[in-house]
Amino acid sequence: MLKPTVFDQITDKAPGYYVVVGLLAVAIAIGLVSAYTMETSGHHITGMSNRIVWGMPHVFAVFLIVAASGALNAASISSVFGRTFYKPLARISGVTSIALLIGGLSVLVLDLGRPDRLIVAMTTYNFKSIFAWNIFLYTGFMVIVVVYLWMMMERRMARFTKAAGMTAFLWRLALTTGTGSIFGFLVARQAYDAAIMAPLFIAMSLSLGMAVFTLVLFSIFWWSGKPIGSTISQRLGRLLGILIAAVLYFVIAQHLTNLYATEHHGIERFILIDGGVYTHLFWWGQILIGSLIPMYLLFKMAKCPCMVMGAAGLVIVGGFAQIYVIIIGGQAYPLLMFPGMEVTSSFFDGGIAAYAPSLPEVLLGLGGGAIALLGIALAVKTLPVLPHSLANADIDPDYTPPPEPEPEPEKEEAAGEDDEAPEAAASS
Amino acid sequence: MSKCAKHCPEIAPNDAQNAIDPGRRRLLAGAGALTTLMLAPGVSLMMSGAVEARPAGVAASAKIRWGILIDVSKCPDGCDLCVTACKDENGWQETGRAETNVQWIRKVTLKDKNTGAIKTLPFMCQHCAEPPCVDVCPTGASFKRADGIVLVDKHTCIGCRYCMMACPYAARSFVHEQVTNQKPHAPRGKGTVESCTMCVHRVDKGQIPACVEACTKAGNRTMIFGDLNDPNSEIAKAAGQHLTTRIRADLGLDPGILYSGL
Amino acid sequence: MVLAGVLLITPGSAGAKEMSPTSPTSPWGPKPTKAFKGDKCVEPVDVMRRDHMNYLLHQRDETVQQGIRGKKYSLRQCIECHAVPDKQAGGERTVEPFCGECHKFAAVTIDCFQCHTNKPEKVKSTEALPSGPLPPGHPTMNKKTSNSTNTGSWKKKTLFAALDPALQQGSTCNVQVR
Repeated sequence: MLKPTVFDQITDKAPGYYVVVGLLAVAIAIGLVSAYTMETSGHHITGMSNRIVWGMPHVFAVFLIVAASGALNAASISSVFGRTFYKPLARISGVTSIALLIGGLSVLVLDLGRPDRLIVAMTTYNFKSIFAWNIFLYTGFMVIVVVYLWMMMERRMARFTKAAGMTAFLWRLALTTGTGSIFGFLVARQAYDAAIMAPLFIAMSLSLGMAVFTLVLFSIFWWSGKPIGSTISQRLGRLLGILIAAVLYFVIAQHLTNLYATEHHGIERFILIDGGVYTHLFWWGQILIGSLIPMYLLFKMAKCPCMVMGAAGLVIVGGFAQIYVIIIGGQAYPLLMFPGMEVTSSFFDGGIAAYAPSLPEVLLGLGGGAIALLGIALAVKTLPVLPHSLANADIDPDYTPPPEPEPEPEKEEAAGEDDEAPEAAASS
Repeated sequence: MSKCAKHCPEIAPNDAQNAIDPGRRRLLAGAGALTTLMLAPGVSLMMSGAVEARPAGVAASAKIRWGILIDVSKCPDGCDLCVTACKDENGWQETGRAETNVQWIRKVTLKDKNTGAIKTLPFMCQHCAEPPCVDVCPTGASFKRADGIVLVDKHTCIGCRYCMMACPYAARSFVHEQVTNQKPHAPRGKGTVESCTMCVHRVDKGQIPACVEACTKAGNRTMIFGDLNDPNSEIAKAAGQHLTTRIRADLGLDPGILYSGL
Repeated sequence: MVLAGVLLITPGSAGAKEMSPTSPTSPWGPKPTKAFKGDKCVEPVDVMRRDHMNYLLHQRDETVQQGIRGKKYSLRQCIECHAVPDKQAGGERTVEPFCGECHKFAAVTIDCFQCHTNKPEKVKSTEALPSGPLPPGHPTMNKKTSNSTNTGSWKKKTLFAALDPALQQGSTCNVQVR
C-alpha cells in the first residue's frame, strides 16, 4: 500500500540557495538593462530589422510560453486522466507552468517598441486579432492555474481539483492553439499560413514543457538531496520520448504537405536544403540533437535520472533550434510578391534577409528564463509544492523491495541499483 | 435612401465596365446602405470633382475609395522622384543603416526569370480593402479609414510588429531609432510602426499625394490618384480602359493601388 | 489627469501669502511662458489648464480615426501660438518652455512630442499656414460661444477661487495677456 504523499519545501537542504537566487536576480537585472537599452536607443541596436521584425526575444518568449503550457502535463495527467502516479508532481508542475509563462510574457512585453504603453494593450482590444485573444488566453491561464494550485493545496477544496484541472487542461490547449495560430493565421508568408501550426505547437508544448519540467524537477531533487528513484525517471523519460515522437510526426506532416505543393518548394528548399544556418539548425539542432539523440537516451537508458536530465536538456536545445527556424527562418525567406520574377529593391525585397542575434536581445531572453527560474526557486522555498520523496518505494504502488527480482525485463540493472538512496541519484 | 440615390449616382451597374471587381461592388453596396444615415453635408461636394477638400468637422466618407493607378510602362527606370517627394513631404530619411531604414515608398525592380525583361515600379502600402495588418493588430492601432486609407494610429501602437508579419507587401517599417524634426503634419516616433498614409493630410485638404504630384509635375504621369468609386473620376476612367493588376490578387485583399502594364 | 489639475493648482494656494497683488504666479510655482502670438486661447485659461488634455485627447481620436479636421482644439494650433524661442533648441521656437514648465512641476510625463514635432510649421510663402485663419469655434470668431464658455467656466472658477488666489486675479496664465 502506498503512503500518502507528503509535500514540503526545500528548506535548508539546498546548499547555496541564496547564491542561486542572487545569480538569477543578476541575470534578470541584466535582462532589464538590455531591454531598457533597446528601448532608449531604439531597436536598431538589435539584430532585428524591417525584414526580420521578430528576433531572439520572440524565440525566447515563444519557447517559454509554449513550455509553460506543457509544464502542466504532470498535473493534467494526474487530475484529468486520474493517474495517481503523477499526483505528487502536480503541484510543482503548476508552479513551473506559471513561472514559465510569466518569464515568457515579460520578454514579449519588454521587446515591444512602446512597452510604456502596456496599459493600452490591456485596455484597447481589436477582437479580430489573435494577439488580442492571446492576451486573454495568457492572463486567464495564469489565473486558472493559480486557482488549480489552490484547489490542490487546500484540503477543503480538494473535491474541486478535478474540475479545476479539467479547466486548466482545456485552457492550455486553447492557449497553445492561440500561440501556434499567431503564425498559422499569417496568410502573407510562405512559411506560415497553415492550420498545422496549431497542432504542431500543441505537440511542441507537450514535449518542450515536459523537458523543462523534468529538468527542473530532477535538478531541484538533486540539488536539495531529496530521494529520487528509477521508476519516476523511467516513467517521465518514456513519456518525454513519446512526446518528442509526436512533435516529429507533425514536423514530417508539415514538410510533406509543403513538399507536395509546387508553390511551397521554394520555402522547403530553403529550410531543408540550402538555407544555411536554418538548414543546419533544422537537421542538426532540431532533428538530431533535439529529437533523435534524446529519444535514444530516453528509450534505452531512462533508468538513470541523469540520462533523462541530459535528454531533456537536448530537447530544450532542439526546441530553441526549432522555434528559431520557424520564427526567423520563416521571415528570412522573401515574401512572394511577384511570382516568377526576380525582385530587388532598397528595402531588400526578393533576397534572403540577414539576421544575427545581438547581445541585448539574447540577454533579454535569458533574463526571461531567469524570471521563470527565480519564480520556481521562490515557490519551492516558500510553498509545500515538492513531494517529500520520489524514491521508488514512496511513489510506485507495485514497488517491491530490491532483493526481489522485478518483473521488468532489465532486472539485473534494477536489482543492482539502490533506488531509494538519494546519494545514488545524485552521484549517478 | 432617396438622398443617397440623388447624391451617389455611381452606385450603378456600370461598375462592371469599369473593371471594378465584384468584391468591391458588394462592399460598396453594403457601405452605401450603411452610411446613408451618416451622410454629411460635405459629401455631395466630393462627388463632382476627383479631389476636393473636405470641409472642417466632417468625417471621411465611406462612399469614397481613394486609390492610385500606376501605369508601369510609363515609369522610367532610375527615376525616384516619387520616393524623394515622399521623403520631403513626410520627413523620413536614410539613417545610414539600410536594414532598419524606414521606407514609406520604394522603387522595386522586377526581372522576368524566363525572358530577362526588366521593369521598375513604385511600391508602397497597397491600402487593401481587407487589410491583414488591421486584422492582426491587437490594439486596433492599425486601421482603415472610411475612405479606404490604411493608417497606423500611433497613439495606440505598442510596437509589437505583428502587422509587419502579416503584411504581404512588406509595406510597413518599424521606427528603429529616435526621430527629431518631424513634419507637423506627419508625426513619427521611435518604437511605432508606420507606412504610406496616401498623404492623408494633403488628401483631406483637397491635394493629391506628394508622390503622384511629383510624378505628374515631371511629366511622367505614371500615377493617377483619385476616387475609385466615382465612375467619372480620372482614375476610374483610366482603370476601366485596360485590365489592371492587383499585387497578390490571390489573397483577395482588394488593394487600392492598381498597376497597369505589368 | 485630475491629479495633475490638483497639483497645478496647489502651489498657488500654498504661496498665496507671499504673492504680491500683481504677481501672476507664486514665486515657486511653474511659470509657463507667454504665448508667442494670438491674444486669446480657444477656452478661458483656467478651463484650458484643467481640461486641455481631455480636449486634445478627444479630438485627436476623431481626427486620426475618422478624418475630422479643422475643429476647435488642435495640438498644431497649440504649438502655433505657444511655441516660443527656446534657448535649449538653439533659439528656435518650441513649445517646450510652455508645456514643460507645468508638466515638470506636476511630474506628469507627456509623450506627445516623441512623435509630434514641438516646433511650429516653417513658413512657406506659397501655402496657407494653419496659423492663418483661426479654427471655427474659436472664441474670437464667435462672441456668443465665447460668452457662454466664460459663464460656464466662471462657476468652476469660483469653486477653485477659495483655494487659489491666483485664479481670483483671472490672469494666472500669462498666455492670456500679451
